[in-house]
Amino acid sequence: MASAVHNVVETKNYLNSDFGIKSWLLTTDHKRIGLLYLVSITTMFFVGGFFAMLIRLELLTPAGDLLQSDTYNKMFTMHGIVMVFLFLIPSIPAVLGNFLVPMMIGAKDLAFPKINLLSWYLYMIGALLVIYSIVTGSADTGWTFYTPFSTQYSNSAVITAALGVFVSGFSSILTGLNFVVTMHRMRAPGMTWSRMPLFCWSNYATALIQLLGTPVIAITIMLVALERLFNIGIFNPQLGGDPLLFQHLFWFYSHPAVYIMILPSMGVISEVVTCFSRKRIFGYSFVALASIAIAVLGFLVWAHHMFVAGMSVYASLIFSFLTFLVGVPSAIKTFNWTATMYKGSVYLHTPMLYAMGFIGLFAIGGVTGLFLATLGIDVHVHDTYFVVAHFHYIMVGGAVLGYMAGIHFWWPKITGKMYPETWGRIAAGTIFLGFNLTFFPQFIVGYVGMPRRYHSYVPEFQILNVFSTAGASILAVGYILPLIYLFWSLRYGNDAGPNPYNATGLEWTTASPPPKENFHETPVVTWEAYDYEHMPPIPEEEPVVHR
Amino acid sequence: MSTVETRPNAVSTHSLHEHFGDLEQQREAATLGMWVFLATEIMFFGGMFTAYLVYRMAYPVAFDAASQDMNFWAGTINTIVLIGSSLTMALAVHASQEGKNKHVVWLLIATMALGAVFLGIKAFEYHEHWVHHLVPGPYFQFEGPDPRHAEIFFSLYFAMTGFHALHMVIGLGLVSWIVYLAARNKITREYHSPVENVGLYWHFVDMVWIYLYPLLYLVAHKHVSG
Amino acid sequence: MAETIVSRRIYFIIFFALMVFTVITAAVSYIDLGAWSGVVAVGIASTKALLVALFFMHLRYDHQKIVWIVAISGFFWLGILFVLTATDYATRNFLTVPGR
Repeated sequence: MASAVHNVVETKNYLNSDFGIKSWLLTTDHKRIGLLYLVSITTMFFVGGFFAMLIRLELLTPAGDLLQSDTYNKMFTMHGIVMVFLFLIPSIPAVLGNFLVPMMIGAKDLAFPKINLLSWYLYMIGALLVIYSIVTGSADTGWTFYTPFSTQYSNSAVITAALGVFVSGFSSILTGLNFVVTMHRMRAPGMTWSRMPLFCWSNYATALIQLLGTPVIAITIMLVALERLFNIGIFNPQLGGDPLLFQHLFWFYSHPAVYIMILPSMGVISEVVTCFSRKRIFGYSFVALASIAIAVLGFLVWAHHMFVAGMSVYASLIFSFLTFLVGVPSAIKTFNWTATMYKGSVYLHTPMLYAMGFIGLFAIGGVTGLFLATLGIDVHVHDTYFVVAHFHYIMVGGAVLGYMAGIHFWWPKITGKMYPETWGRIAAGTIFLGFNLTFFPQFIVGYVGMPRRYHSYVPEFQILNVFSTAGASILAVGYILPLIYLFWSLRYGNDAGPNPYNATGLEWTTASPPPKENFHETPVVTWEAYDYEHMPPIPEEEPVVHR
Repeated sequence: MSTVETRPNAVSTHSLHEHFGDLEQQREAATLGMWVFLATEIMFFGGMFTAYLVYRMAYPVAFDAASQDMNFWAGTINTIVLIGSSLTMALAVHASQEGKNKHVVWLLIATMALGAVFLGIKAFEYHEHWVHHLVPGPYFQFEGPDPRHAEIFFSLYFAMTGFHALHMVIGLGLVSWIVYLAARNKITREYHSPVENVGLYWHFVDMVWIYLYPLLYLVAHKHVSG
Repeated sequence: MAETIVSRRIYFIIFFALMVFTVITAAVSYIDLGAWSGVVAVGIASTKALLVALFFMHLRYDHQKIVWIVAISGFFWLGILFVLTATDYATRNFLTVPGR
């Protein structure tokens, strides 16, 4: 990087074209809104992480000695609500998607910039409501708000937490709306659907779920709040209401919501894997259409969360079968990524380390998902730590690693600075190690019968829980490291130049950081996506694996 | 004369936002955006319709009996009022396409008036239910078979019509915004997307009521005495 | 591309049709059709909704194919919600075990 002697004249870009707090809070620039989201989401990530640490500390010993059971219930509830609704769901679409989708398709902005800003404000209102609910006593219902506990019995701040989820849901809807319209109507000349980067495809698929799923949970959560507030009785079993109806409506969104978390990560991985294998992605159209297939099939499987809840066994059979189908497009993607790496010249840069971690952990999370889709096994391991381990392999091992890969991959584009590569690799290794040490023991402890959501357990389970807590503290270090060196790079990092990895994609053809209007001239696309055969190799870093 | 005429859009940079290439692209994006939003609205009401479907199948007797307590005439008149407001709205969009802003303003004011009449009748009905102890909660009393399940019907009724009324109120706000735009001549033959899209929203809210009316007021056949 | 302007007469015809359907559906509710009353009521409502969408909302004249796709997928997803929820409720009491 030292060779990059840069021009002394400071060029105008989206960061220095305007100054002052107002220019940020009233901005309609999709790149600045992406950064607003980055700051708020990172904050919420550490709030949620704080609750996770308390949970793990409590579980260090079998007795419930650090937290009372009530407090513990609130901790895992708020951990879930914050991480799911305020971190994972907005994470990649709202930060990287906001920043990149218009640039990747050669547009000056999203279709509705003001609505984009509105969605950030809605997110903030939702987040503040959730924080307010934490301060005023927290909800203790679990992030799932199951009735009738949430409507009739819980004495905690369910209504404010529910309102927070409701409002932040609309932020998610508006983001999805913007993406869909932008990708349909704002593509640059020559940017056909079959030339669109896979990151855009996966954000498009995500937007479908955000648009068609989120409204259902919005109304459902609202009905719960109204039931608490005004004693109307839609889910109240005393009146003959069916709590399972709540679960149907809740999971109609909340299962596809898992794909809201994982699909954008898959998009990031597709970009990263091809770039650091210097090869066109294997089976572009399959990867693209698999995203859409996951989004659609994801809507057909929700009741596998309810196998032991008293649902009809015949319906269970149907949902079990449909759940297996989602494995197909997910496997297509995984195979295609590995096939892309096969005989490529693989560079082990930080984003690639995260991407390879993603592929392995997502495979474990996905396959254990098939265990849980199997009716008989689900009856055995339902509500145990096996389930907890499974969905953390998807949500952390998958979604968070994908997010980290994306943040590192596009950090030079977003800020114009390089982060220290060595530290990046150390942090990636730390996170991978810490993650596995935290969650792999939970598969075992769950399989032998430790139920989730209790603050105490029988002493036989202690050794595995100690592993898990030790892993969590390593994981915490792994998350704090990037926070430090990424901040450090803002001031001390080398200038990145427009395309530090010689990557394809329109976003790399413009300056870093990009100018306010993204491109000085509207680009005209005449080439296919991922044309890495014609790109020079990545400069200055030694390729680790040669063909 | 044919009932449908087609006309190319005049090219003008007036009221074009800078991130769009031309007005055509801007108008198409706005229309598509509104339709996408309406698709999400289908799902928003869809959650309640699902609940309705499940409970109506489970408790037909209670739903029948509870529906007899609805004010048939209020519901029917409201349906007519709301469809009338959709007509004035459609005519307002038509006038905006022809650039007749005065017509737009008056037709929109008529739309708002009809919307207000709808909300007034709805409020009257709510008051009636309140007086007759049909509001779910501790004071709920129902003189028919199966009062517990009837309470579920009324819970759904208030949730569905309540969220519908909320959409009406938002609609009134949106219409008054485009009245302002039209009165200030910010609407032109070339740029009338706001009128068109608020129109789409208004018609959608009308559509929701078109379903709510038979589902809530006409559950089973009316006992002529009631 | 061009924008289509619909003649005012069409709006009045559609309004008239909607009024007729409203009267029919209100009148039918005084006839005992048994289980069919719900089907008829929803059928008439759907016809009315279709008229509103096609003419008042200009769906019939819209030049963007994607708008059609959006409108249809909205109802399609609602169908998914209805049908798959119904698989549970329709079969829940097939076994005589309580809660199954």
